[in-house]
Amino acid sequence: MIVIIDYDAGNLTSVSRALSHIGVKNLITNDIKSIEDAERIIFPGVGAAGSAMRSLARLELDIAIRDAVKIGKPILGICLGTQIILASSRENQTECLGIIDGTVKAFSDSEVFQIKGYSGFKIPHMGWNRISLRTDHPVFAGVKKDDEFYFVHSYYPSPTDLNQVVATTDYGFDFPSVIGMKNIVATQFHPEKSGKPGLTILKNFSDWEPC
Amino acid sequence: MLSKRIIPCLDVREGRTTKGVKFKNNIDIGDPVEMALLYYEAGADEIVFYDITASHEKRDIMIDVVRKVAETIFIPFSVGGGIRTLEDMRDVLLAGAEKVSVNSAAVKDPEIISKGAEAFGSQCIVLGMDVKYVGKSEKIPSGYEIVINGGRTYMGIDALKWAKDGQQLGAGEICLNSIDADGTKDGYELTLTELISSAVDIPVIASGGAGRPEHLYDVLTAGKADAALIASMVHYGTYTIAEIKSFLDERGVKVRASW
Repeated sequence: MIVIIDYDAGNLTSVSRALSHIGVKNLITNDIKSIEDAERIIFPGVGAAGSAMRSLARLELDIAIRDAVKIGKPILGICLGTQIILASSRENQTECLGIIDGTVKAFSDSEVFQIKGYSGFKIPHMGWNRISLRTDHPVFAGVKKDDEFYFVHSYYPSPTDLNQVVATTDYGFDFPSVIGMKNIVATQFHPEKSGKPGLTILKNFSDWEPC
Repeated sequence: MLSKRIIPCLDVREGRTTKGVKFKNNIDIGDPVEMALLYYEAGADEIVFYDITASHEKRDIMIDVVRKVAETIFIPFSVGGGIRTLEDMRDVLLAGAEKVSVNSAAVKDPEIISKGAEAFGSQCIVLGMDVKYVGKSEKIPSGYEIVINGGRTYMGIDALKWAKDGQQLGAGEICLNSIDADGTKDGYELTLTELISSAVDIPVIASGGAGRPEHLYDVLTAGKADAALIASMVHYGTYTIAEIKSFLDERGVKVRASW
C-alpha cells in the first residue's frame, strides 16, 4: 500500500487516480498510524511553503515523515512536497524539513528572469519540459531522452550536495528538477499529470527497492 | 526548454460535445470523455472544456464529466464557462480539473480572481478574456476592448489594462480570445496576442482563428503566445495534432514531440 500524505496542500486526488489507473493500491491520509504501516509514501503538494509547513507541524506529520526517512521507507516527493524536503525555502522565508541539505530558490531572483515582460521565460514555469538524468535511477527506468513532464512552479530545489541532483531541466538555466538520496526521490514536476512517461515513473516507484 | 502547448478546446452542453466531432475515420463522437481520451492519445498537451450549458441547475452534469475525464487522462485540463463563485471553482477543481477559467464573472467582480488564487493557488486560476478591436480612444488606449456575452456586450474596459490587472489580482495564466478572429479560420489576432503577451509575465494562451498549422506558427512566434487553442481544425479531422506539431517542429518551434 502506498500512502499519499494529506496535509491540506492542494488537491491530492489526481495522484491517487493516476496510481489507481496503473493498478497500484493507495490511500490518501493524514493518519500517523497508516503512514507508519505504509509500505511506501508519496509526499505531494501544491501551494505555498509557509502554510504547508504549518499544516505539517499541526498534524505532526513532520515527525512521521522524518521517521519514515530514518527507517528507509521509499518516499516520493512531488512539487511542493519536493521543496519542503530541503532545509529552507525562499518562499515566505520558510524553515522546512531539512531532510536534504539545501534551499529552495526563486526563479525571479536569478539574472535571466530580470528582463520584464516577454523574454521567453515567464513565471511560473508552466508546461512541458524535458529532464536530463545525471544518474541511472531505477525510478526513471524506461524514460526516454525526449520524454517531457508537466511543471507548474515559481521556485526550484537546490541541494547543497550536487550528487543529490538526479536530473536537471533547462529553463533559462539548468535547475535541479529531480533530487534524491538513499530512499528518497523527489520531482519538481507532476508525474500524475505527465501522461505515459509520468505513469511509468509512478509505476517504477511502486516497485522500487532502494538499497 | 519549455515546449509551446497545443490545446484542443471542447464545447460541452449538458454533458455532450456540441460540434459533432469527426476524426479521420469519420466517426462522430459526442462524448467529451472519449474525446478527451482520443486527444490525450493523439498528443494534446492540455485540454480545455468550455461548458455552455445554459442552466446553472444542470451544472452537476459537467462536474460528472470532469470527474470521468480526470479518471481517464493524465495531462492537465481546465474547465471554463459559467464559473461564477468560489463554490463553482471548488466543485470543478475537486472533481479533478487542474485549472478553472473565469471570464465574464471576473469582469463583473474582479475579486473572484484574487479570492480564487488565495483559496486554490494562482496556478489554478485562468483569466479568460474575450476581446474586440474598437479603435484607439481615450477610454480604450490600446484599441482593444473587453466584451462579454459572445461579443454582444461592450464593457468599456481596455484589454491591455485588464490583462495587467488580472495578473496583479493573481491569475496564473490568460486565455486570450479574439472575437474578431474567432470562427474565421484566417489565423489568430497576432497584434493583440503580441500586445498582451509582452505586457504580462504569466503565460498567454492564444485563442480564435486557427485554421491551418501556419497560424499556430505565427501566433507562437510573432504573436509571442505560450500556447495555442485549436478547435475545428482538429475536430473535423482536417489536421492531426501530430501533423501540427511536426509542422512547428520543422520550423524550430519547440513542442512536445514524444507522448
